[in-house]
Amino acid sequence: MNQRSRLSLIVTQTLIVSLMLALMGRLFYLQIGAGPKYRDAALSIQSRDIVTPATRGLIVDSSGIPLALNRVGLAVTVDRSVLDRQKDRGKAVLTKTARLLGLKYADVYLQTRLCGELPKTVHAGCWTGTRYQPIPITKDADPGKALQIVERADLYPGIDSRPVAVRNYPGRDGINAAHLLGYVGPLTETDISGTGGSQYYRSESIGKAGLEFQYDSFLRGKPGIRTVIVDREESVTRQAQNIASIPGNHLVTSIDVRLQAAAEGALEDAIMRARADGSRGDAGAAAVLDVKTGRVLALASYPSYDPNIWEKGLTVKQSKDLFSDANGVPALSRALQGLFAPASTFKVVSLVAAANAGYNLDTTYSCPASVKVGNINFQNFESKPQGTISMKHAIAISCDTIWYKIAYDEWLRDGGLSPKKNANDYFYSAARGFQIGKKTGIDLPAESAGRLPDRQWRLDWYKQNQDYFCNYTTRAPKKEQTTFLVALAKENCIDGDKIRGGDAVNFSIGQGDTVVTPLKLAQMYSAIANGGTIWQPTVGKAVITTKGKVIETIKPKILGKLPASKSTLTFLQGALRDVVTAGTAAPAFTGFPIAVSGKTGTAEVFGLNPDGSKKDNTSWFASYGPTENPRYAVVMMVSQGGFGSSVSAVGVRKIYESIFGVVANKVMPGKALFPFGPPTALPRISPTMRVSNP
Amino acid sequence: MSAIISTYSARRRGRRDSFISGLDPILSLAVAGLLIIGTLLVYSATKSWYTSIGLDPQYYLKRHIINISIGGLLALSAMIIDYRLLRAYTPILYGLSVLGLIAVLIPGVGSTVNGARAWISLPGGFQIQPAELAKISIIVGISLVLSERIHDREAPTHPDVIRALAIAAFPILLILLQPDMGTVIIISASVVTMVAVSGAPSRWVAGLLIVALVGGFAAVKVGVLSEYQVKRLQSFVNPSADPQQSGYQLRQSRITIGSGGFLGKGLFTGPQTNGRFVPEQQTDFIFTVAGEELGFVGSSFILLLFLIILLRAFRIARRSQDLFGRLVCAGVIAWFAFQAFENIGMTMGLMPMTGVPLPFLSYGGSSMFANLIGVGLLQNVYARQRP
Repeated sequence: MNQRSRLSLIVTQTLIVSLMLALMGRLFYLQIGAGPKYRDAALSIQSRDIVTPATRGLIVDSSGIPLALNRVGLAVTVDRSVLDRQKDRGKAVLTKTARLLGLKYADVYLQTRLCGELPKTVHAGCWTGTRYQPIPITKDADPGKALQIVERADLYPGIDSRPVAVRNYPGRDGINAAHLLGYVGPLTETDISGTGGSQYYRSESIGKAGLEFQYDSFLRGKPGIRTVIVDREESVTRQAQNIASIPGNHLVTSIDVRLQAAAEGALEDAIMRARADGSRGDAGAAAVLDVKTGRVLALASYPSYDPNIWEKGLTVKQSKDLFSDANGVPALSRALQGLFAPASTFKVVSLVAAANAGYNLDTTYSCPASVKVGNINFQNFESKPQGTISMKHAIAISCDTIWYKIAYDEWLRDGGLSPKKNANDYFYSAARGFQIGKKTGIDLPAESAGRLPDRQWRLDWYKQNQDYFCNYTTRAPKKEQTTFLVALAKENCIDGDKIRGGDAVNFSIGQGDTVVTPLKLAQMYSAIANGGTIWQPTVGKAVITTKGKVIETIKPKILGKLPASKSTLTFLQGALRDVVTAGTAAPAFTGFPIAVSGKTGTAEVFGLNPDGSKKDNTSWFASYGPTENPRYAVVMMVSQGGFGSSVSAVGVRKIYESIFGVVANKVMPGKALFPFGPPTALPRISPTMRVSNP
Repeated sequence: MSAIISTYSARRRGRRDSFISGLDPILSLAVAGLLIIGTLLVYSATKSWYTSIGLDPQYYLKRHIINISIGGLLALSAMIIDYRLLRAYTPILYGLSVLGLIAVLIPGVGSTVNGARAWISLPGGFQIQPAELAKISIIVGISLVLSERIHDREAPTHPDVIRALAIAAFPILLILLQPDMGTVIIISASVVTMVAVSGAPSRWVAGLLIVALVGGFAAVKVGVLSEYQVKRLQSFVNPSADPQQSGYQLRQSRITIGSGGFLGKGLFTGPQTNGRFVPEQQTDFIFTVAGEELGFVGSSFILLLFLIILLRAFRIARRSQDLFGRLVCAGVIAWFAFQAFENIGMTMGLMPMTGVPLPFLSYGGSSMFANLIGVGLLQNVYARQRP
């Protein structure tokens, strides 16, 4: 052997031994180092979870009447693992089934595709679950046709029919409560990928809105899971585990079905009245709270929709209608998402501000036709001079000019356009004390906070819009370049960062940039009624198991106290009573046998309707009753409804009539809804209710 | 050379007296170990599959054992003929291989599996792969040219090397046409190793290595490789590029091995194997069965057996009494080593996907025959080595 030959052998041997060691190293990494990772990966390749949804818990009213329950429907399901093995991948069978059920093949085809199988653009209606569970194409099949499918299994291979639980909102007493209850629907990718997404199983239905959403973790229960091991052809080789489902818990609410029905009826009635008067009356809301606890007894919003359309299978048109402007966006819950200027209902805040600023409430003030602020004349609402009147009467007849004067004086005292460092800001601090601009904290999703346009807000707003106003002629669209708007922009550009006299004056009568939700106003008036306690409104009262055990009590929570002294509150309560006896709401409550207190509001709205017409006023009535020892706060708002007194106050009266059992101006003792106050004990929930079919 | 040999004392007697005593016992045991493990793995990979489709679950087991038996007989004949006599048959062997390689390219004779036209179908469902037998004829042929020289120099000259390369070039070209890149790479590795061990000028070795690297690079770039092969190479670099095809295979393969852990899931009880998530598991991906069912302990034992075989073969090469024997050994070593590395490396994501079977373990007749003939050649040289 020559040297080169020997050397080559040694080099080759070294190289080959190194290659073998490299394989050994890699093997160590794969099996020991990254072993757990690959074990998990292998498990996810081999195992399939088949999820049996749990029976969802009921939602009941305070006396146990179901608001949401589960009905038995006949589902027709498709087994993809059978269909996919057919020669045409199930086309013929699906076509035949669709024809039998009177459905369109295209719809059925879409419904039975896994979402991952379809391009994102034609996703709508796809199946979010897995291939291994029966995919429902309808949950409400005609029993005769369902039977045909079961009996002629040879004609319908891969198709089955079985009873399933369908979420149902029975609408007892004719209630709708769609916004309050919400709905359930299949999980979306966002639900699964979001925080806490791991708690879900793909085929589960979850609460999507309202109480169904808020209390989903209680209502949903735990689905049963059967894990099977499959091979590459997806045939099951063995069963790994089988866990039975745990039904969801029931939610008891403080809602009363009868009162909810009355509130919805009174609201719709008020809107129809507004329309009959020539107003647009496009939307509205009504709220009834227990002033002693903040519990919600009824919450209505208009326009609404049938809460059962989701489970029936929403058509494309239906889902578009829910959000269409032409229909008034029925999906929006006006009671807690609608933001409106509170107008004169806000004067309760102004009164507290004036009292805190040291104004004597027991003396007289002049109520002229207009007050000059800077070089603008601010008019009284009906431009009628009322002479010199008491503060109480000023509230009762809703005099504006008295507030213009006080607000303007206070504004000047705080430094006017060059504000003092520690300005008193009695009006803003009173509004903050009422928690305007903050959410009420109700146990419903997507509440709007409202807006308190104080100095800081003004400054932030200016920073955002300065460029727009200062370059208005170049930035704004041509049709918005009217003389008035150009002048307004110029003014905003110069001192839009400061509270001007006009802003202060507008603020004192609840106009301008201040907006609140109807629910917020109900919370404020509850606080006035109960002596100053601001409660967090709650709909849920308790969560109880199917066996009746209470597992969660939702206790009322105090959020704060009104910034008003006892005497101020007493004065305010008296004034609010005068509104009903001798003020703006007197016509609406003529002959009403039970003393109630309240305040009307008629808010001017700037801007135009889609058809170009000027927007009508917002009609408000905020109230509580009985005046002595108050228990209920009732607020109604009709957007573009016209006057507060004629539209909303009449509506609120109807709600009180139901509460107190008033028929033809007489109290019928047997007709009162809560002869002993709203129920505090939890109702018994009958197990048969789960499957009852109304 | 003769000077070196003369320094050793007389040859030990009796070596050829008994057949068994003429074998390298450690090499034989290691090969037998791999064959037994391979048989079990092939059975495990196919048992539940054939049961589930209602066929004889021992179908592959039986055929695998038949292949080993035929291979054993071929190994025996490769062993007992004095390899010096083998030289006489070399041209015939070479000619037959080339004819076979041409035949597979003829439509209707050759059949295409996985994009390569590499098989000749025979009646009775048998297939032979001429490229496997070509490996042997190339190794023996080059050994012959490089060791049997007309001149008297210590090392092969340039013309010797050129002649050797010419011998290899023709079959390699034919295999490239199939195209079967894996086999081309392995044969090339063998050729380079043999040229190096022959003591040829180092320029040749360096040059050949450069040609191999540039050739490989150009093949991908210029598109000599079929789309199918480029895809497989790309999926090696980025396994998610083609998740349903070759990328899928590589991913499944790695998961299957990784899920085995330290002790494995136990023979015949690997869920990945029983679920047949790795395609071609009884042939090119047989190592994944070992990875999953025998775990790190069993799989590294297989690697150890390969290492023992290769180290024994190096020992035989060193002790060979002539250059021809040493070159045959070097060729066989490079073949086994690179084929094992390529195959196991592929299953673990270290090497690109080229469809070569794992020596001694994969199911497949031609490959098994060739491997065992290779072992036979090693034993042949051993039996005639200097003491």
